[in-house]
Amino acid sequence: MNWIYDPWPWYVAGPLIAFTMFILLYAGKQFGMSSNLRTLCSVSGAGKAADFFKFNWKKERWNLTVMIGALVGGFIASQYLSNNTVEIASDVVKKLNSYGINSAGKAYLPAELFSLEALSNSKNLAILLIGGFLVGFGARYAGGCTSGHAISGLSNLQLPSLIAVIGFFTGGLLMIHLIFPLIFA
Amino acid sequence: MKTLVYLVIGIFFGILMYKSEAASWFRIFEMFEFGAFHMYGIIGSALALGIIGVQIIKRFNIKAVDGQDMHLKPKNKGIARYAIGGVLFGLGWALAGACPGPMYVLSGAGYVSILVVIFGALVGTFVYGLLKHKLPH
Repeated sequence: MNWIYDPWPWYVAGPLIAFTMFILLYAGKQFGMSSNLRTLCSVSGAGKAADFFKFNWKKERWNLTVMIGALVGGFIASQYLSNNTVEIASDVVKKLNSYGINSAGKAYLPAELFSLEALSNSKNLAILLIGGFLVGFGARYAGGCTSGHAISGLSNLQLPSLIAVIGFFTGGLLMIHLIFPLIFA
Repeated sequence: MKTLVYLVIGIFFGILMYKSEAASWFRIFEMFEFGAFHMYGIIGSALALGIIGVQIIKRFNIKAVDGQDMHLKPKNKGIARYAIGGVLFGLGWALAGACPGPMYVLSGAGYVSILVVIFGALVGTFVYGLLKHKLPH
């Protein structure tokens, strides 16, 4: 029964992501996860502070439902379908070890950043907060995230999405190759 | 009934993100280190099938379940917002090791610290809403 716990290879996962997008298109919706962040701001009353959040958020309830489903899916997968260990390339493990991240290859998320004890360290807390802030700010500025641009937008051959995705990878490479060595030195 | 359908789609997507390890910080790091083909394979194969499927939808004018056109509107024109917003998103994606979909998945998987990332993302979204008219688009 070990196969149940094995990770899904890319050639299974990729087509299933395309399937998710097509199912949502068939339902008359679109695949885009970061829109939920805007909707959540709206639900919380952010419309009082900025017009950007003044819209009929009830029309977006379907996407909030997908979001809640994703949360339930994460629970099911982590509890029943996974040994919660990610095996990454050995030279990448070595690199992470040199950054003091010794949970590489032994966990799903780095304990050095995501464990509850790590939260009491202000540097770790700042990493999580700033990382989240940039994702939220950048996704709305760019009008979409990985699902909205890299999958939905590029599938529809949208030049704006190509610019955004080139931006995503430029930012990611800058972070990992220029900023990480400073943060984790 | 409709709510149930979206819930099931979400659960499917959540299991998919977790089981493919696209929700793992380590996989995102590995991708930007060019350490493995895994993430490129996921995004690349999703995209290849996505492009083919969208072309088929357009060629045969396939409608959504309610008979309406599918949601394939062109994105607004522009360069600055996509380039600057994209780079900022990428910096955060690599730092937090999660994009929005996987954030929700990880909170369901019981990683309490991801709530800090989600809180940051909500603040980021809110600040964008406040500054929108002052930013180049």
